[in-house]
Amino acid sequence: MNRALAPVLAAIARVAVLLAVTLGLLVVLLVTSGYDAGEAMQAMVRGAAGSWYAVTSATLVRAIPLALAGLAVAIAFRAGLLNIGAEGQLLAGAAGAAAVATLAGKTPGAYMLPLVLLAGVVAGGAWAGIASWLRQRFGVLEVISTIMLNFVALNAVGWLVRGPLQEPTRIYPQTEALVPSLQLPVLLSGSRLHLGVVLAVVLAFVMWWWMRATAGGFRLRAVGMNADAAAVSGRINVARVSLFAFLASGALAGLAGAVELTGVTYALYESLSPGYGYTAIAVALLARLHPLGVLGTAVLFGALQAGGNAMQRDAGVPIALVNVVEAVLILLVIAADRLQDVRTRRSITRTDDAAPSLPGNAVSVPS
Amino acid sequence: MMVPLEDFLAAAVRTATPLAFAALGECVTERSGVINIGLEGSIICGALAATIVAGGVGVTGGFAAGAAAGLIVTLIFALFTVYLRADQIITGTAITLLSLGFTGLVYKAFYGATGVGLTIPTIGAVDIPLLSNIPLLGRALFSQPVVTYALYAIVPIMTWWFWRTHTGLALRAVGESPDAALAAGVRPRLVQLLAVLFGGAFAGIAGATLVLAQSGTFVENMSAGKGFIAIAIVVLGRWTPLGVTGAALLFGGASALQYLFQSLGWSNVPYQLFLALPYVLTLVVLARASGRSAAPAALARRKLTLG
Amino acid sequence: MIPDHDSNAQSTQGASAPPALALRNISKSFGDVRALHNVDLFIRPGTVHALLGENGAGKTTLMRIAFGLATADEGTIHIGQTRLSEADARAHTPANAMSLGLGMVHQHFSLVAAMTVAENIALGNRGRFTPAQVANTVREISERTGLTLDPHAQVGELSVSAQQRCEIVKALARNARVLILDEPTAVLAPDEARALLRWVRAFANEHPDHAVVLITHKLRDALAIADDVTVLRRGELVATGSAQSLTESSLADAMLGPHDRSAQLTEEVVPLIKRHTDSVGAHYVVLQADALTVHDTRGVPRVRQASFTVRSGEVVGLAAVEGSGQAELLRAVAGLLPVHSGRLHRPDDVGFVPEDRHRDALLLDASLTENFALRDAGVRRGRVPWNELAERTNVVLRDRDVRASNASVTVRTLSGGNQQKFVLARALDDAPPALVIENPTRGLDFRATAAVHTALHNARDAGIAVLFYSSDLDEVLTVADRVLVLHNGLLREVPRERDAVGRAMLGVS
Repeated sequence: MNRALAPVLAAIARVAVLLAVTLGLLVVLLVTSGYDAGEAMQAMVRGAAGSWYAVTSATLVRAIPLALAGLAVAIAFRAGLLNIGAEGQLLAGAAGAAAVATLAGKTPGAYMLPLVLLAGVVAGGAWAGIASWLRQRFGVLEVISTIMLNFVALNAVGWLVRGPLQEPTRIYPQTEALVPSLQLPVLLSGSRLHLGVVLAVVLAFVMWWWMRATAGGFRLRAVGMNADAAAVSGRINVARVSLFAFLASGALAGLAGAVELTGVTYALYESLSPGYGYTAIAVALLARLHPLGVLGTAVLFGALQAGGNAMQRDAGVPIALVNVVEAVLILLVIAADRLQDVRTRRSITRTDDAAPSLPGNAVSVPS
Repeated sequence: MMVPLEDFLAAAVRTATPLAFAALGECVTERSGVINIGLEGSIICGALAATIVAGGVGVTGGFAAGAAAGLIVTLIFALFTVYLRADQIITGTAITLLSLGFTGLVYKAFYGATGVGLTIPTIGAVDIPLLSNIPLLGRALFSQPVVTYALYAIVPIMTWWFWRTHTGLALRAVGESPDAALAAGVRPRLVQLLAVLFGGAFAGIAGATLVLAQSGTFVENMSAGKGFIAIAIVVLGRWTPLGVTGAALLFGGASALQYLFQSLGWSNVPYQLFLALPYVLTLVVLARASGRSAAPAALARRKLTLG
Repeated sequence: MIPDHDSNAQSTQGASAPPALALRNISKSFGDVRALHNVDLFIRPGTVHALLGENGAGKTTLMRIAFGLATADEGTIHIGQTRLSEADARAHTPANAMSLGLGMVHQHFSLVAAMTVAENIALGNRGRFTPAQVANTVREISERTGLTLDPHAQVGELSVSAQQRCEIVKALARNARVLILDEPTAVLAPDEARALLRWVRAFANEHPDHAVVLITHKLRDALAIADDVTVLRRGELVATGSAQSLTESSLADAMLGPHDRSAQLTEEVVPLIKRHTDSVGAHYVVLQADALTVHDTRGVPRVRQASFTVRSGEVVGLAAVEGSGQAELLRAVAGLLPVHSGRLHRPDDVGFVPEDRHRDALLLDASLTENFALRDAGVRRGRVPWNELAERTNVVLRDRDVRASNASVTVRTLSGGNQQKFVLARALDDAPPALVIENPTRGLDFRATAAVHTALHNARDAGIAVLFYSSDLDEVLTVADRVLVLHNGLLREVPRERDAVGRAMLGVS
């Protein structure tokens, strides 16, 4: 078989299995919860892919922040950093973008839109930078710090939209709507699909190429696979690679927030993200942290969300059912990976390297 | 000034109670070297189970159902992390998503669009004679629902258990070095399983407390991040029962500040900043302690396993 | 529950007393690898029994089975008067073994570093835990046995030999009658090792119920104190009998197999390698340190005022008790730790092979090519020439006799010996002026050990300056041309003689 084709076929097979399992799970859940599966599935398909409008304006529009935040999670996880703070970084990005948009006044020039997006990138990166600094300077586990920072970001946005950034009438807890020149252009007239989709696709390809072809990408993967070996045998500056991965991750999540603000909501408010940053973890994992895979799983999850909304509207099935499907999917993937892992490991265990660990060899944090 | 302050302290203790339950359970879990990010899931499932069961058989049954539901949810987590050795963080995240979705689904199935009526029995505050009359602190500490009083017993018992029993020693050893514990005749996986389930049951009780001792009703997503907060509390409390309880009070106090400000008429004070304070404080404490000297050395020691 | 008396092992011993510990027909496989095949072991009460064999011969696995840390596929276990059937043996646990009077001290200690001596010793008991009471027990055992320990000291702060004492006291606190010691002298300086062996002898003599199993690959230790000796080779029992009836040479035959007997036996049989002729002549200075002081990552000074040179074309061995600062010295020379004060002259390109290859040298789930690329990962810029690197890796695999089907398989699929050969080949690939290597043969079997030693001598003969550390003094003495000894951060050169080196390791002049 053509060697270049094999991974593509494997990916297609994986997508097919994923799709089949997803649909199967949906039907099983619908039936067991006593809903009319036929009607609900029709609504689901209609809402997610039933029309050109559904595909572009429902599914793809939701897939954009999921893809960007999914890339954010993927790059961090690839570097061995459990950044579960994409949600906070996304909010920080949206807030940064909103702040710059507010400063831009009523008649901003054309150059302001890129600056607004850049503000999101910087704000998201800075928010992740806090976690990176805490880890490298003080050894604080990023899992814990990023969770904390998610809550801080949420509360900070809550304060911003009631304080400094509140719209002029001071009635609603949100910022003033963006003027049209600060909104991302719509790609297809008659739909809501905005330029963000191009950004997401381009960034996914850039990240994919960078990770596999460049020395920097290899350093990042090496640190993620084994930071000690990377430092000792690769002479890699682990702290620098980790910092970069954190910043890049935060920047991508921040961009997701800025894109959501300028492409969809046009205003900052507390519930701007319905948990995109958390769903992004699932998106990245289901794609096995592969950047191009992230595009695929983001569309899948976007479709699930879009279809779920239609299902709720047209068939009275709560959207929560979609969340259950997503979660079960992740658990199935984890279980499949683990079982496979256990099998391969068992078959190659050798007696001569059955070395037990030394006392108290805690996981070391590179300083 | 006196009355609002008294109200504030009472509200702080009330808000802290479910947090303390969840965090004390998580403290035991983490002492065994497992971090259960899926705690949120146990809390929300505990809340829903308590709502459903308490309506039928009363408050005690509600609490029992809450604990059982929390335990069942963590059983899934335990199977994945303790036996399949799957990544604790990822599994926990999935469990949280699953529970939030699942409770939403079940809630709709039970109560339809109408929502829960006001028919759930709740437990009110019980005044302890004399003590509840102590100025300022009396009402806060001695005019609370029975679950709060249960904490007064649980904290010293847990402390004693950690440092003065061999099961406590085994628990701590497993969290520090499962290999060493195994060689000493302890069964690390069993210890971890039990510790995780213990944490789940306590989180379920926390969820039941939210419904049966506080709001009196179930709302989708009512756990509102309390599982994650509990994890912060454990860290802030340095993995000791007393410290954890103190940290829970601090978080309870921060959430209660908004009531204080409202009753004082300070509607302009940005209370969101106060809500963020405990998280910031946790980070500061963590950083000052230079990482995890007090943390179990084997905590979450599970490498990411992906193709 | 009465032990049967018909085993082969028993008849060869000719003893009538029931065994302190007996294993019958033990077989165990890991996947397709057969670790143990039909092994019998019979420990007479009141004796020290040496269990000999090369790394990977199955000694530790056999004893882990006895102690309940591994389960045998087949076979029965007798501990004292208790016979475990096959079913019982499968359900056997360390707790069970300890309750039957067995205690095991592992090569890599199993202590909880963050806990006190008392807590470690109490671990695994039931009921209430009273630190003061345990402390009394510790003191009482210390007085009785001479194994002194501070019950309230944090284990992580103790020296290696004190940690070993803690392990033994832990076993004794549970009334262990039969002690299994896995390579107990490996981490000790010669004087400490002698003291330990004396203690072991005394323990076995002290009470008719006592017995000690000494797992070792050192004939010297075995013949010094053992009453009985059992030899395993590749998972099979090849010799057993009383120590008097065996000679070093017959034991070496048994351990290595007739095939490997072609190698000449020196005084030190293990590691059994033919000593290469001394280097034809050291040339110019490649590594030079003057009053070098190195701190560890926490800022604690670990090497103080060290001065030495390593010339091209010589192998310099470093001997030290574990934790004497050797890790820091080697890492400073390798350029991985900064020089705190003093002067260190080193070439930019120093090959480094760390002792823990799984932790510090390899990306286990990455391909051999990627692992090969790791060496230059820190300095490479731009794109990685993957095709070129894959070709180069394949060449290296062939030239250095690394057994792997091709460069695209993951490192995890290689045996430990081939992993080490690969790591060494990677370090030597572009002929660096100097090579620093740490415990080069840890965990390797005889053949792989010999291959690594040959590779080191080839590197030397190619003009590379080699500096290596081994926790195995015999390896230092056999492989090195010159010997440096590090004691408590202080370095000096010592003649290549066992006694002189041993004394220097303890800081005795």
